[in-house]
Amino acid sequence: MSKKKTLHVPDAPFRPGEKPDFSNLELPKAGDAKRPKVMVEPSEIRDLAFSLVRVLDDKHEAVGPWDPKLDALVLKEGLRHMCLLRIFDDRMLTMQRQGKLSFYMKSLGEEAVAIAQGMALRPDDILFPSYRQPGLQFVRGRDIVDMICHCITNVKDNVKGRQMPVHYSWKEGNFVSISSPVGTQFPQAVGCAMASAYKGEDNISISWVGDGTAAEGDFHYALNFASVYKAPVLLNVVNNQWAISTHKNISSGGATFAARGIAYDVPSIRVDGNDFLALYSVTSWAAERARKGGGPTFIEVFTYRGEAHSTSDDPTRYRPKDEWKSWPLGDPIERLKSHLIGLGAWSEKEQSKLEKELDTLVIKSYKEAEKHGTLSEGPWAPEDTLFEDVYKKPPRHLRKQRQEFGF
Amino acid sequence: MSQMNIIQSVNSALDIILEKDPNVCIFGQDVGYFGGVFRCTDGLQKKYGKHRVFDTPLSEGGILSTAIGMGINGLRPIAEIQFSDYIFPAFDQITNELAKLRYRSGGEYWAPVTIRTPCGGGIRGGHYHSQSPEAYFTHTPGLKVVIPSNPHDTKGLLITSIEDDDPVIFFEPKRLYNGPFDGDHKKAALKWDIHPKGEVPEDYYSIPLGKAAIERPGNQVTVLAYGTMVHVAREAAESSGIDAEVIDLRSLVPLDIDTITESVRKTGRCVIVHEAPRTSGFGAELSAQIQEECFYHLEAPIARVTGWDTPYPHSLEWEYFPSQERVIESMKKVLGS
Repeated sequence: MSKKKTLHVPDAPFRPGEKPDFSNLELPKAGDAKRPKVMVEPSEIRDLAFSLVRVLDDKHEAVGPWDPKLDALVLKEGLRHMCLLRIFDDRMLTMQRQGKLSFYMKSLGEEAVAIAQGMALRPDDILFPSYRQPGLQFVRGRDIVDMICHCITNVKDNVKGRQMPVHYSWKEGNFVSISSPVGTQFPQAVGCAMASAYKGEDNISISWVGDGTAAEGDFHYALNFASVYKAPVLLNVVNNQWAISTHKNISSGGATFAARGIAYDVPSIRVDGNDFLALYSVTSWAAERARKGGGPTFIEVFTYRGEAHSTSDDPTRYRPKDEWKSWPLGDPIERLKSHLIGLGAWSEKEQSKLEKELDTLVIKSYKEAEKHGTLSEGPWAPEDTLFEDVYKKPPRHLRKQRQEFGF
Repeated sequence: MSQMNIIQSVNSALDIILEKDPNVCIFGQDVGYFGGVFRCTDGLQKKYGKHRVFDTPLSEGGILSTAIGMGINGLRPIAEIQFSDYIFPAFDQITNELAKLRYRSGGEYWAPVTIRTPCGGGIRGGHYHSQSPEAYFTHTPGLKVVIPSNPHDTKGLLITSIEDDDPVIFFEPKRLYNGPFDGDHKKAALKWDIHPKGEVPEDYYSIPLGKAAIERPGNQVTVLAYGTMVHVAREAAESSGIDAEVIDLRSLVPLDIDTITESVRKTGRCVIVHEAPRTSGFGAELSAQIQEECFYHLEAPIARVTGWDTPYPHSLEWEYFPSQERVIESMKKVLGS
């Protein structure tokens, strides 16, 4: 092959058939990253954008200044939510394969993101998630039956069957409706936070996008507006390495995603996304800062997407089958569980009992949800809802179309 | 009553709403300290404070997305896009987010955002300061689209738009800001100070969306227009002596189809005038609806007088701008004379 100069196009580190080897990944030791005071100047903590906040070490012990020193009860609650999310995902995937859902997206390997970050917030903080943070709803106590009714698109789906599964909306839980265009929610969260500041309220807003989405213009709008208006908002890039088949090497030519925040003069912290304690701690720090008037924080959540992008995706076509197993930062559930066992607050026996209990709960909830209808047989949202909610009240042309349709 | 131009009537509407509703805030490029490149927000920051009326980065997508977030969190934002030619970076946020939020959340969330944006040509602005992009937005369910043609309507329609819980795109024909313009660019510019529609109540009032106005009654032919073209059409009728009924649509969504059909059934003939290009312009929608509703009353094919299907030119602006002559020619054609 000739060595003629041509366009540089980066590639993923490993492709199907290759053995993934992450030994070159620079992973600072757990406990190494310093924990600055909450109202620190962003320029004083630039190193945190290149480091990695880790609390759980290789022996699953909590170490260093970022240890949030949470009560074991709180940790057990987090473990329960994460296990529920994984079991819920598995069940929904099974049901999708049986044709009961039109589509599904799992959070495998990223369970700690929504759960730990969600638990570090107040219930009145407003959530602008992407499709990979449904776990926030467990943290805020949403009825699982309602979630399933949305996923199987029956008459009890609170969004009236208008969206694909996983595009939840839950106003009571301050969980803002998810849309499919990626990244649009990021600057919306900034506007929402600006409104809290405008009204003199101390609730904050938080949003998540993926590494792929960090290439969208909305990403820049969000960082820039958050910086200019010192909005009380937490902006997270969940760097799970993959956007469908687009590896983060294609999404960004930069050093770390967190490094981008430096140019906006926003405190930027990189955190181990598979470490419940580190995530909880960084989020609490940022939330406290925002509530005190310190403005936004930009967080790169460093993790790995354990499953396919969605049920329409086949990752074996573009990455090694077992790549997730080689991920050096492990499984967030296993790590928190081992930590709790190490504390003497948990056991394998209790774990298997919990998993059984949750599995039963999900199966029971699924059956309960099906009482309100199924995707194939209905009942679905009544036909006249087709014309509702386009406007607050249907204007004349829509009323006419509704009549034409037969209502 | 005061005599106002459209800039002053916009300013008056904003002033009243800012006073009335503490959750209203106004933002966009140059709207704060400076008071807007067209002066529509002049003095408002000083009167109400920086948090109520503020400058933003040059970021149409950022302006619209943050407006949506504010709307979700209980505010009633008024976002200005400095020229409607520059609205396209915000297209995704407007058409995929703002327009669909209420629907996709099953009615749980909405954002009562009003987008004010100057549109139209006749100002030597070339193709990036003259466009009329209304049809892109009338094609998106969930949005309302309003275009006034005079100071009186501007204030009443703007107040209604802001108080509406649905998103509204409020197009302001910039050629009309300082005076009515009938398309005759060679004669001295007129001002609103002697025009009856330049008389604007100083206090609060509203005009409902979806109600057209009969600009000039007539019996021979119906001429449908909005924005700047209302004045061109009216003067075309006056100068030609054709007994045309000129209707100012005022809002495109919702559309006052009753007033339109009543007039066309009476006259049996219709000319549609708009400044935007012809293909897939709003005139195509009007034409389709009229033939659906009035086919057996029509004595002649519906005619359209529009901008050409080209970008808006700079030096050849007046060859592009739909002139009185072209309107008269079309009226004569549909009259068979």
